Amino acid sequence: MTRGGSDPLAEVFRAEHGRVLARLIGLLDFDLAEEALADAYATAAEHWRAGRVPDNPAAWLTTTARNRAIDRIRHARRLSAKLPELADVPSADPPPVESVPDDRLQLFFTCCHPALGRQAQVALTLRCLGGLSTAEVARLFLVGESTVAQRIVRAKRKIRDAGIPFRVPGHDELPQRLPTVLAVIYLLFTEGYAATAGPELIRAPLCAEAIRLARVLYELLPGPEVAGLLALLLFTDARRPARVDDTGHLVPLPEQDRRRWDRTLIEEGRGLLAGAEGPYAVQAAIAAVHADAPSERDTDWTRIAMLYELLPPSPVVRLNHAVAVAMADGPEAGLAMLDDIPLASHLLPATRADLLRRLGRDTEAIAAYDEAIMLAGNEVERDYLLRGRQELIRR
Amino acid sequence: MEYAVLIYQDEVEADKADYGKISPEYKTYTKQLIDSGVLREGRRLQRSSTATSVRVRDDEQLFTDGPFAEVREQLGGFYLIECADLDEALKWAAQCPGAKHGTVEVRPVAPS
Repeated sequence: MTRGGSDPLAEVFRAEHGRVLARLIGLLDFDLAEEALADAYATAAEHWRAGRVPDNPAAWLTTTARNRAIDRIRHARRLSAKLPELADVPSADPPPVESVPDDRLQLFFTCCHPALGRQAQVALTLRCLGGLSTAEVARLFLVGESTVAQRIVRAKRKIRDAGIPFRVPGHDELPQRLPTVLAVIYLLFTEGYAATAGPELIRAPLCAEAIRLARVLYELLPGPEVAGLLALLLFTDARRPARVDDTGHLVPLPEQDRRRWDRTLIEEGRGLLAGAEGPYAVQAAIAAVHADAPSERDTDWTRIAMLYELLPPSPVVRLNHAVAVAMADGPEAGLAMLDDIPLASHLLPATRADLLRRLGRDTEAIAAYDEAIMLAGNEVERDYLLRGRQELIRR
Repeated sequence: MEYAVLIYQDEVEADKADYGKISPEYKTYTKQLIDSGVLREGRRLQRSSTATSVRVRDDEQLFTDGPFAEVREQLGGFYLIECADLDEALKWAAQCPGAKHGTVEVRPVAPS
């Protein structure tokens, strides 16, 4: 075993966590599965440190965890003498090398069950499939560890008490159930890509985790909707190196140095796009148009505006549609489309400010900047808006 | 597992549609539940204006006219169904005629 930058054992645990836990939940119940896996990690840390990681760590961990679970059940039964003794199973069995069936898709659908709240879905998915600790989930979402722990405990209790099944929905249910799984992964990514709170604009580990989960999901369920989501995440993430400058300032799309976009990710996204369908695929297609263009000016804005028309007209989609129309047909046309968008975000007045600025209507633009600055929650974005306002006052 | 399917509806609206009568939709739905073997129990409640709320505090009995809480939708009836898991229970609840205009709440019954 070679020593990497981080703890290699932790890396193996992290990589195998979802698969092993999913298998154990299929055999045991949720809590017991998690406890038994923690036991197995402890045993592995002892056994693997001196020697080497076994050929099939997932199988080793699954078998060890299953044995530890049997120990736990036996111990609990011995304590409550009323229950009969379990059949004698030697707990120190050498773990057989077998392949572990992949139950992670079941786990995705259980963690993202619509009967759970969105925050619980997100926390459970990160914990169970991402293998993140409660503390890590809390850090990623800038909330207290006890809040996350409570969310997870409540969600697991509901899974058990309400009888949320551990299974992949049938073909007739998939169109209803898959969007929730995709929405959870997408939310993880967007929260990482444009943090709604805190000093940093981008929280890269969250983006990376979302992409990792999307890749796992695509491997398990290589359908057009999942392809669309993964493509969108890849195209968007490709711009990450150009999105914040060396001093931590936000660089908006038009000013980004496109040479810094990650071409490998773009190519991978493009490869997925051919077989992609659904709203995420349309957004990915929009990102592909940007990726093709050498500059903002030389972007096929007419095509982008057309693609926006294919999306369900949510306030954010209408806003972006207006921006594309402004680029294709002039700021006046875009400005008219902003009028009745019901959006409480700083993005709306920020866009209005930009279009008014381009039309030379400076006084109105400054008023719009003021409104946007008040609404912006992220310090990097607020700073960007403040600089825009300053430039107007100077000219 | 047993699940209670609790049907909440706006009585004012239900009155317009003749509260006292069991609609053909409910008749069909109930028959489907029986035929599938999931139905354990099902009852329609009289309107919430017939309700009396009871509290006992410091050995004193307090009776109040009307339901416990003034809400827009009132409990109008329930089914008790036996299902393999929540997904099956939700599938049945989604077919309940009350889900189209009111709200149907699915609650697992506590093990006795």
